[in-house]
Amino acid sequence: MKVGTAVSRDVPPEQVKASLRPDAQAGAVPVELARKHDVLVIGGGNAALCAAISARRSGASVLVLEAAPKFYRGGNTRHTRNMRCAHDTATEILTGPYTEEEFWEDLLRVTGGQTDEELARFMIRESKEILNWIVEQGVRWQPSLGGTLSLGRTNSFFLGGGRAMLNALYRTAEDLGVDILYDAEVVDLDIQDRQFRSATVAYGGQRHNVHASALVAAAGGFEANIEWLKQYWGDVAENFLIRGTPYNRGSVLKMLLDKGVQQIGDPTQCHAVAIDARAPKFDGGIITRLDCVVFGIVVNKNAERFYDEGEDIWPKRYAIWGRLVAAQPDQIAYIIFDGPSLEMFMPSLYPPVKADSIRELAGKLGLDPQALETTVETFNEAVRPGTFDHTILDDCRTEGLNPPKTHWARRIETAPFYAYPVRPGITFTYLGTRVNKEARMLMADGSPSANMFAAGEIMAGNVLGKGYAAGIGMTIGSVFGRIAGREAANNARN
Amino acid sequence: MHATDALKEADRLMTVCNSCRYCEGLCAVFPAMEMRRAFSDGDLNYLANLCHSCGACYTDCQFSPPHEFNVNVPQTLAKVRNDSYKFYVWPQALAPLFERNGLAISLIAALSVGIFFFGLMAINDPAVMFGVQTGPGAFYRIMSHNAMAGVFGAAFFYAIAALIMGFRLFWRDIGETRETLTNGVSVWQAMKDTMALRYLDGGGPGCFNEDERPNDRRRLYHHLTFYGFFLCLGATSTATLYHYLLGLQAPYPWYDLPVVLGTLGGIGLVVGPAGLMWAKFKRDPALRDENGRGMEMAFTAMLFLVSLTGLLLLVLRATPAMGTMLALHMGFVFGFFITMPYSKFVHGIYRFGALVRYAKERRALHEPTPSKAKALAIPDAKAGA
Ligand SMILES: Cc1cc2nc3c(=O)[nH]c(=O)nc-3n(C[C@H](O)[C@H](O)[C@H](O)COP(=O)(O)OP(=O)(O)OC[C@H]3O[C@@H](n4cnc5c(N)ncnc54)[C@H](O)[C@@H]3O)c2cc1C
Ligand code: HEM
Ligand code: SF4
Ligand code: SF4
Repeated sequence: MKVGTAVSRDVPPEQVKASLRPDAQAGAVPVELARKHDVLVIGGGNAALCAAISARRSGASVLVLEAAPKFYRGGNTRHTRNMRCAHDTATEILTGPYTEEEFWEDLLRVTGGQTDEELARFMIRESKEILNWIVEQGVRWQPSLGGTLSLGRTNSFFLGGGRAMLNALYRTAEDLGVDILYDAEVVDLDIQDRQFRSATVAYGGQRHNVHASALVAAAGGFEANIEWLKQYWGDVAENFLIRGTPYNRGSVLKMLLDKGVQQIGDPTQCHAVAIDARAPKFDGGIITRLDCVVFGIVVNKNAERFYDEGEDIWPKRYAIWGRLVAAQPDQIAYIIFDGPSLEMFMPSLYPPVKADSIRELAGKLGLDPQALETTVETFNEAVRPGTFDHTILDDCRTEGLNPPKTHWARRIETAPFYAYPVRPGITFTYLGTRVNKEARMLMADGSPSANMFAAGEIMAGNVLGKGYAAGIGMTIGSVFGRIAGREAANNARN
Repeated sequence: MHATDALKEADRLMTVCNSCRYCEGLCAVFPAMEMRRAFSDGDLNYLANLCHSCGACYTDCQFSPPHEFNVNVPQTLAKVRNDSYKFYVWPQALAPLFERNGLAISLIAALSVGIFFFGLMAINDPAVMFGVQTGPGAFYRIMSHNAMAGVFGAAFFYAIAALIMGFRLFWRDIGETRETLTNGVSVWQAMKDTMALRYLDGGGPGCFNEDERPNDRRRLYHHLTFYGFFLCLGATSTATLYHYLLGLQAPYPWYDLPVVLGTLGGIGLVVGPAGLMWAKFKRDPALRDENGRGMEMAFTAMLFLVSLTGLLLLVLRATPAMGTMLALHMGFVFGFFITMPYSKFVHGIYRFGALVRYAKERRALHEPTPSKAKALAIPDAKAGA
């Protein structure tokens, strides 16, 4: 069964863009670009809209420039489903308290200490208010669907997902009188002496100069810029799939860094997971992720295992497999499992490759049948008896195998056999601009910028040096977006 | 594997949505979908009739067109739903009535009105037909009560029988049993969900119709239509009781129960369908099943005309136009009755059935047993990124 329509893995973003811009044909610019606004917001996602709304509510006139056409507005935010906020008690949408301290400990653990403690603690404190603030901006949380099975303790889910959340923010921004322009890519910035002067925007085949008293950069990371990724990863990056928007090419980030803003974060650090190798090159979103590593073994193109598939509970280990697969030849791997496991995990977009024997499966995957058979047999022989329970760290493990599978190890022996091919799927990058607690950018010499602020992915590296905790991307965007908007408005007034 | 392209597409979409599930808080369709991994035609027809066409999952979907995954749940389910009416119709020989339903309903209505009008003109003296008739039994001077009761009773009971037969086909095909229908808890839940049109609110903000700004107007219009319809039915029923039990003959004075119910109901049944037609006219084409338009319009217009002629009859009953209005009204009512099983009227029946089934499934799912909790995906794994 073919699930996605025409799977265009290799369409460059320029082409995607070109085919999808009906708005841009119109000759007249719907927004008065010549007018100087108090605050210019670059980007159109969660961070940008929170900034725009908060700046407008603080009394500033606001212009939002979004590179994508209207349908694709809001970059990676369109693909999200939840946000992580601290809270002291259970609520209608959260099953229990998640204190600031616990949030901080989680962050410390996932980043291995690569975070700015003061800024991170500040963000966590502010996240408490965001739970309500975001609702005041029209966003709805998903209530319990009966029982608490569908609710989380740490994360709140958007009713209808990220695009619904984003639509609500846009409605609010429009109602408040924020000017918004789509298909409007910022291609240059005039920055002199720590101060933003103007931006050049490409719109409808023309370039316009846009002036504003303060700037909020919320244009995302550079994950969709394969060339840039290649600078750090080498040709390996050619085989990366980009899970989100093709529009986050990091152009604004690059301009800022080139023009004297201090850099933060390691350029190779990003959120990367193993996703279905059949996913489109860009924008495949959540439905290409695979939750089934723990149910089988993972082999590379030589049909060899390369990492302990049972190291930890899946969600905790979700984000390591992107990097693991990236380190394998040709950046491809195969999750192999057997019949009884098929219905134990969330279904995903593409059906698994299916065969009646391991040999046949290898044939279908283009692997050496002998090698795969040997790998599976060796694995099966090493499996020790135990009681399987995928919700805890159970006692099903291998012995005398390298690498071992330390939990959930069960023999792969009951036909039909299945496989999912996987590749590294890049969610977003962490390289960014250094900011302080006002979300104000710091210049290379450590001095604060006169009128430039940043929020969201573009400054995620300040709190997220490496690793990831589900839902924190949106926390970073909302908390710093709200602050950046407010501070930019104050800045513009003075 | 599936009977139609629409079903094939619905199956594809349910696979996409099942691996996403972002919309699970919007309505009943997504939770019902999550209880399944494979989708038979019956399952898809069930889900399609569970959908209230609120449009939220289109506006909220990150994969809706122009995205290459091309996810448009409301439109696809509207197609499947409209096809399902034909699929379950009784007798099957009349299925072609659903092919060009707008035309068929219009022709039947016109024919019915014509027969009543010219028929009554033929059997009545023009002085009676176009004269002023007042006092008890005024209507029956145009057409005798027995004739009326016979003709309309027969049409009504035929329609009910055909509707029941159709529903049986539907119910069996989606895999349901008689027990489910006799379960009071499920039926009561479905009644509450129907009376509030709980799933026409996009999960809270209201339904989407012309653009990405939600509102609750279609729900309001449907309430007017729905309650208007039942008030009118109530009016007719009380009038029948008055006639046979109390020996009171129509027309009744304006303050009497049948007239009060009929007037209130009639107003709802004029304003409601008019609003629904207006909303339909403004609706984003992306949300519509273009082929179902004639059917939807014909049914809604029919309701509008039934009630409009009813109200006119009330207003004009003491004038020479009474005979004409009575003929028109009876023509539309008769046309409405005999087309009930072959028009969009069936949406209410199938939708109600789907809600009963959903109430049952939902209860079964949320009974807190550990094995069920485990069977659901690990909540954290759904967390995404
Ligand atoms: C599949 C997927 C699922 C995810 N799920 C979650 C989740 O559940 N919870 C969570 O917290 N995080 C999640 N994330 C991460 C999350 O999406 C991001 O952290 C978050 O959306 C970043 O918000 P942002 O506003 O900074 O960037 P974005 O939302 O990506 O917005 C950046 C915007 O800038 C625009 N832009 C780029 N360059 C220019 C330019 N030169 N001129 C003008 N505009 C420009 C882009 O078009 C885009 O609209 C997920 C990511 C993906 C890919
Ligand atoms: C019994 C349970 C019923 C349910 C659950 C139900 C539900 C719905 C829903 C969800 C819609 C779609 C809303 C829209 O497209 O605007 C609809 C449309 C409609 N309903 Fe009902 N309905 C029921 C009974 C009735 C009854 C009894 C009537 C009147 C006789 C009625 C008249 C209409 C009309 C006129 C439309 C608009 C037709 C269209 O646009 O397709 N409904 N109904
Ligand atoms: S309609 Fe779109 S967002 Fe909603 S569940 Fe389906 S794929 Fe996900
Ligand atoms: S249109 Fe509304 S009722 Fe139908 S599936 Fe989508 S959200 Fe549910």
